[in-house]
Amino acid sequence: MQIVEFTPWSALVGGVLIGAATALVLGLNGRIAGISGVVARIFRGTPGDRAWRIDFTLGLIAGGALAFALLPETARFRLEAGLVWMTAAGLLVGLGTRIGGGCTSGHGVCGIGRGSRRSLVATLTFMAVAIAVVWVVRHLLGGGA
Amino acid sequence: MRRLAFFAAGAIFGLGLAISGMTDPGKVLAFLDILGAWDPSLALVMAGAVATFGLLRLLVLRADRPLWGESFPSTAADGPIDGLLLGGAALFGVGWGMAGLCPGPAVANLARLHPPVLVFVAAMCVGMILAQRLAGADR
Repeated sequence: MQIVEFTPWSALVGGVLIGAATALVLGLNGRIAGISGVVARIFRGTPGDRAWRIDFTLGLIAGGALAFALLPETARFRLEAGLVWMTAAGLLVGLGTRIGGGCTSGHGVCGIGRGSRRSLVATLTFMAVAIAVVWVVRHLLGGGA
Repeated sequence: MRRLAFFAAGAIFGLGLAISGMTDPGKVLAFLDILGAWDPSLALVMAGAVATFGLLRLLVLRADRPLWGESFPSTAADGPIDGLLLGGAALFGVGWGMAGLCPGPAVANLARLHPPVLVFVAAMCVGMILAQRLAGADR
């Protein structure tokens, strides 16, 4: 193992912003802003429950756009994967986050942040599996993304 | 006013994702590549986010109710650690390990109008809708 590209300060600043944003949503309407839930419930939510999610999601895209435009170093995007691979990955992320009831923000940030053992277990599980997949793809098969 | 507030919350989240480097799948995959060229940054992103949410949440919960809501979510025990939780987390882990994208960064990256991202998000939405039908009610 060799350590590369460690960017502790931007990581911390970014993390604090993410935590602050989720706390803000909690204070505004009492909801947990786990992104898989925010997005998924746009499709099935009751109208009153849907509006804030759409606004939040639009803001999410706008925040990304703003950063990419004003802070060029955030615009970096490295991914070498074909459309079939990306389709499969997206399907699995969509299925898995909803069957499992959360993602890195839902379980990882909000769940662990409120002391949920269940979310900790979920987070450790998807982390371990993701690490295993990267190992298989990069070191066993020597390819993929 | 409400619309602006939630929009702003989303924008702060998106800014945070971009600044932390989470919108770069390469950086996420480098974190997951623990046995190879390892970038520990995501650990600090998570730590910063968890600590910030955890602390601010305690402040927020001092109020009786949220600003525009009936009540705060129950802090009681939150469901079983069952096959659906573990299976779902595993499936998510596979997809995340394949693309280095999870829902938040994927959506934020829609700002790029990049075909691999568009395809990922479209498939993700299909997967979510499927899961809601398969796994039934709200999880």
